[in-house]
Amino acid sequence: MTAQAKKSIFNRPEKPYVHPYFGGVVLGIVLFLAFFLTGNGLGSSGATSRIDAAIVDAVSPSHVDNNPYLLKMAGGDKNPLDDWIVPVFFGALIGGFTSGLFNGRLKFITTKGPNISNRTRWLMAFLGGVLFLYGARMARGCTSGQALSGGATLSAGSWLVMFAIFGGAYGLAYFVRKLWN
Amino acid sequence: MNFPLPEFIVVSASNPWTYILFGVIGFAFGYVLEMSGFGDSRKLAAQFYFTELTVLKVMFTAIVVAMVLTFGAVGLGLLDFSQVWVNPTYLWSGILGGLIMGVGFIVGGFCPTTSLASASTGKIDGMFFMLGGFVGAAIFAETEKFFTHWYNNAGYYGRLTLDQVFNLPIGVVVLLVVLMALFMFWGAEQLERIVGKKDMSREPKLRIAGAGALVVLAFAVVFIGSPSIEEKYNNLTFTRTETIQLEGQEPIVNTITYSADQMLANRLVFVTPAEAFKAKYNQGMKPIYLDVRAEADYNLYHIENAVNVPLDRILEIVPVLLSEPPANSVFILISNDETAAVSAWKLLVGSSVQNVYILEGGVNNWIAFFGSDDKTLRPNPTAGDDQLGYLFPAALGSRYESCSPDPVEYEKLEFEQKIILQLKRDKSGGGCG
Repeated sequence: MTAQAKKSIFNRPEKPYVHPYFGGVVLGIVLFLAFFLTGNGLGSSGATSRIDAAIVDAVSPSHVDNNPYLLKMAGGDKNPLDDWIVPVFFGALIGGFTSGLFNGRLKFITTKGPNISNRTRWLMAFLGGVLFLYGARMARGCTSGQALSGGATLSAGSWLVMFAIFGGAYGLAYFVRKLWN
Repeated sequence: MNFPLPEFIVVSASNPWTYILFGVIGFAFGYVLEMSGFGDSRKLAAQFYFTELTVLKVMFTAIVVAMVLTFGAVGLGLLDFSQVWVNPTYLWSGILGGLIMGVGFIVGGFCPTTSLASASTGKIDGMFFMLGGFVGAAIFAETEKFFTHWYNNAGYYGRLTLDQVFNLPIGVVVLLVVLMALFMFWGAEQLERIVGKKDMSREPKLRIAGAGALVVLAFAVVFIGSPSIEEKYNNLTFTRTETIQLEGQEPIVNTITYSADQMLANRLVFVTPAEAFKAKYNQGMKPIYLDVRAEADYNLYHIENAVNVPLDRILEIVPVLLSEPPANSVFILISNDETAAVSAWKLLVGSSVQNVYILEGGVNNWIAFFGSDDKTLRPNPTAGDDQLGYLFPAALGSRYESCSPDPVEYEKLEFEQKIILQLKRDKSGGGCG
């Protein structure tokens, strides 16, 4: 047999992605179980913010005391990591890794449009991350915490956030088409 | 049935299982995102050029499946919706934040959780997005002070769901959202066929059956409806501990579960005027005095800082009580005697408002306790049940001396403590954090 069939964990044959509707049904059941068991939905951007707060709290606790936003998470003897979203965040990292492992998708590559260099893609990914998380903190939740979780509980504000996300992305898509096409 | 499980609403070090449960939920979340292809930014970006609408399909399928199951469970009385986190509505910060996220999405090619699935499988662009995310969130923490008033107040509607916006039964909204999603899936497939040049004849036929099943379930949710306040009231349970002191032995602590009616019958929710007054000076709780009498009685005499919400309008403020006051709020219901306050108590606890108590003997008992030396207040011998038992020289509201007893004069008051604070989740951080 060829090298592809070797049973190395990091070199499994790459399997195709599941059908989107199937993925959606499984994700929906996971989201429902989260609500049913804990009353909380899914999310991740809050954890990014809390990890930031934990770093600031460790490096410069006095800065936390001067920043009301950080104070809410890390003030006094509060541990900013003591929140449901933090284990969800790390669980998602491990879950993504595990799926990649079983499906032969663990590879150091850069996913990008055909007409830009790796460096441009990295810079854009970084900038996108800065913007996305800035917006996510402003809207009090990202695609998971607002659109997905709030969408399923029929929160009026979350539906607006969802339409705003798609609106922003569709509105700009034409102007950055060189990045992707 | 009492879902969500109260032990798991808040993560805490005292119950390590909470970390494990949330970790497992996160694991499943990351796993599904990766296996759906969300580790690849091209698959995400394709959504916005109409060549492949995987994002829309996965996301809306997940939303409608979770929605149908959730409201089905609520309708069957298995799940208490008031204990489910519903993102509060902040109109303007939500819209602006959403637009910024959209820009980040098309520029960066990920959203925060998909970048986790991407970075963890070795995609370098996913790692850069994650890194950028930490920077973006930090910048927000540093700049929030420049617009904190706008951020916390502009277009704030609290816990607002679509059925309230459109004034429709929640089941009907569920059905309409399912139908809208199916229409969008149909449109998405047309776009994939025309723009993405995809051969749709190879798509599994099972998806039609799935769509049919969703519609059937949505109709079932409409049919089941939501449990009434009375049904929820009858299913309520309260736990109290009882300590029995025995000489020379460890005291025995019994945990007893009461129904709501037993709580009333055993007078476990009635607080004496002394306890209601002392609650103001207790650092651990924030008492909110809800005066459920008619406005005329309220104008004649009311306890200082009491808010007048007549009994027939008490349900209007339930959404506010569920979302706005801090978690350590204690609601103390006040009528002239007790009848109206007991009715209000049933409505509030049936609507899942927590920490609700009743002022024992109402305003009449309050005056008897704190205002017995006020000679301007004369007993009214003709007062019936739950009517004011005093005659007032003028409608002074809370300007009688006994409305705000002197904390020094009444520093030492004896009472049997009835208020047991139930702490819900801390809401300061918001849903996604």
